[in-house]
Amino acid sequence: MTAQKVPKWYPAEDVPVAKQTRKANRPQKLRASLVPGTVLILLAGRFRGKRVVYLKHLEDNTLLVSGPFKVNGVPLRRVNSRYVIATSTKLALEGVDVEKYNVEYFAREKVTRKQKAEAGFFGEDQAKKEVSANRVEDQKVVDKALLAQIKKTPLLKQYLASSFSLKSGDKPHLLKF
Amino acid sequence: MSSESTVKNSQWRLVEVGRVVLVKKGPSAGKLAAVVEIIDQSRVLIDGPETGVPRQSASLGHVVLTPLTFALPRGSRTAVVAKKWVAAGVAEKWAASSWAKKIAQRERRAALSDFERFQVMVLRKQKRYAVKKAVAKA
Repeated sequence: MTAQKVPKWYPAEDVPVAKQTRKANRPQKLRASLVPGTVLILLAGRFRGKRVVYLKHLEDNTLLVSGPFKVNGVPLRRVNSRYVIATSTKLALEGVDVEKYNVEYFAREKVTRKQKAEAGFFGEDQAKKEVSANRVEDQKVVDKALLAQIKKTPLLKQYLASSFSLKSGDKPHLLKF
Repeated sequence: MSSESTVKNSQWRLVEVGRVVLVKKGPSAGKLAAVVEIIDQSRVLIDGPETGVPRQSASLGHVVLTPLTFALPRGSRTAVVAKKWVAAGVAEKWAASSWAKKIAQRERRAALSDFERFQVMVLRKQKRYAVKKAVAKA
């Protein structure tokens, strides 16, 4: 008997073989101005115009940011680095632990088809989404450490609380951030 | 009618040898230079050895006359211009003028970072508040 058994039949049609990719899926290389601790200006989404602190580069090529929530209402959140202006203001992130934050942390709960059909059909009996208690707790921990750093620079807290907008006469291509 | 009349010297800035000018156009834009020779109605020979303006002819449309002048023999060479410029203290006088200060402020403001712009905004608010308060009191 041969080591490999000869098949008794072979498919009439050729099975398409997937082309082997020769490209590795490397993490995105961020621009040099994006260093953890940088103050960013968000340009898109619900929090556009807000100034936030950049904490970590996540593996799905998004940036983990925090307002801090206590200062300007922006929670721990992922943002796309393309929709962000990096300012030259940086703060030290000593004592801010962002080890646990990854893509899974931000994963949404899967809603099954049945649940969806039951809840969303008429819409009115949809319960308002509550922020989970451990998210709130995590936010508090990060905010506390961040605020300790922010307090070291006068006016920085007020700066983060204010939002960015172009005023008349501002030329965004000439502005230095 | 009396035939007596007083003639006053004009207060104009004259195009004259020794007049300090601010270059507006070209590679030396923003730098000071001195008029060394008047070429014709519309052109002058300028030289700014202390400010890095090479000796060149310049259209009067491309330079602005400043109120500063210093004694300079007509057609002086670069070394003489440098010596007289320093002796007259042109650089210090220029730096003290409100014109130069305004230019400096404009440049500084353009170079501000986002956070610094915010700080300027806060300080201006404070100033405005203080001034308004003082005016209301008076």
